[in-house]
Amino acid sequence: MKLPKFDYVEPTTALEAVTLLSQSRGLAKVIAGGQSLIPTMALRLAQPALLIDLRHLESLRGIAVDEAGLRLGAMTRWREIQDSAEVLDTHPLLVEAVRHIAHYQIRNRGTVGGSLAHADPAAELPCIAVTCGASIRVLGILGEREILADEFFLGPLATALGDDEIILEVRFPRWPSSRQWGFQEFSRRQGDFALAGVAIFYDTDNSGRLENAHVGVFGVGQCATRLSGVESALNGRTNTISVAAEVARLAAAEVTPSDDLHASARYRRALVAVLLERAMALARGERA
Amino acid sequence: MLVTLCVNGEDSTTDVLPRTTLVDFLRHSLGMTGTHVGCEHGVCGACTVIVDGDAVRSCLMLAVQANGAEIMTIEGLADASANLSPLQEAFHRHHALQCGFCTPGVLMTAHALLRQEPNASKERIREVISGNLCRCTGYMPIVDAIFEARSSYQPASPATRARGR
Repeated sequence: MKLPKFDYVEPTTALEAVTLLSQSRGLAKVIAGGQSLIPTMALRLAQPALLIDLRHLESLRGIAVDEAGLRLGAMTRWREIQDSAEVLDTHPLLVEAVRHIAHYQIRNRGTVGGSLAHADPAAELPCIAVTCGASIRVLGILGEREILADEFFLGPLATALGDDEIILEVRFPRWPSSRQWGFQEFSRRQGDFALAGVAIFYDTDNSGRLENAHVGVFGVGQCATRLSGVESALNGRTNTISVAAEVARLAAAEVTPSDDLHASARYRRALVAVLLERAMALARGERA
Repeated sequence: MLVTLCVNGEDSTTDVLPRTTLVDFLRHSLGMTGTHVGCEHGVCGACTVIVDGDAVRSCLMLAVQANGAEIMTIEGLADASANLSPLQEAFHRHHALQCGFCTPGVLMTAHALLRQEPNASKERIREVISGNLCRCTGYMPIVDAIFEARSSYQPASPATRARGR
């Protein structure tokens, strides 16, 4: 369908953007790449009176790596992450997840900030942010604040962002090069939203026992979430085929999917178990 | 709003409503109907055009967002005397189209890919072309045609030099 009518502004500073947003009293929407917002408007699920385009905000662009970790500006496109050798070196799990996002043309426009703000429960980046303990720096009319990913996502398409706030950047903690990880998702067609997905990473002690296990799932609940029961079961063990099978059963019990048009809750539980086993195999080094 | 952009090497300035998508702008304002409108919500890939060198879905971009951009559409692929490009010739040879509705989008996707990755593997081509729905030919001839056209996108190839885009 054709888009509903709206006004359009292109602020040149972040402060101007949040001022416009604040003045709109909830009637405006911020547009970054537009790869989720425009379909939402085409289907009349959103009819903002004003679009505030962030495309001229140079301060929201850019990828930076330092001692603290990796910082991605909100306007960073998927494509830029995929093209960056630096990100591949510093955060391989993120790059693998980005590879699964939508299609080629969409990755040329879609942005990091857009995905976080849209908060689709089946989207990859929110899961990576939650799993890795990332934090999201935002700007509002009263100033900046930093929100932990874990506290940012409140439910399907719902976040902790205030009415006058925009995302400036997301920060991922430093990723040790010895870290083991795995990422798996399942969708019916290449590029579709995942019916279920799993991201894991862990470090190991001198005897190969797991510590600092992080296990995140997406597509199987109100928003991406970590599975603390699975993580506790993994810490102190080694990643063997039998341990993977054991935690896969735990994961299927720990997730809380519901039935919907695309898959039953039972099917999604089974998927989580299979995907976690595969992710554990990948983390062991069994890469296809 | 006034939008100034360069389509297939020609500059133009046009007054458009913000709600106008890039594909409607190309078709209705500029009369370039080679770019097709399919699903209008970013699923089918029929409206793919190249914006500043990257393949994008022109139904998911507003014309006002393309202000200042350089755009290439299917009309810019053949040369001025309507000689098919090597990519189009490969599609012809492989019978990589049937009804032709998806073809402009498929060609623009493939053109952007091969310009950026002239050595793309068959696996990579399949992954990229998964963003373009074709409901009649089947993807085998499309993948074969794109794979064969790679030779004309190599840096040293005469076609790349002559076209320069």
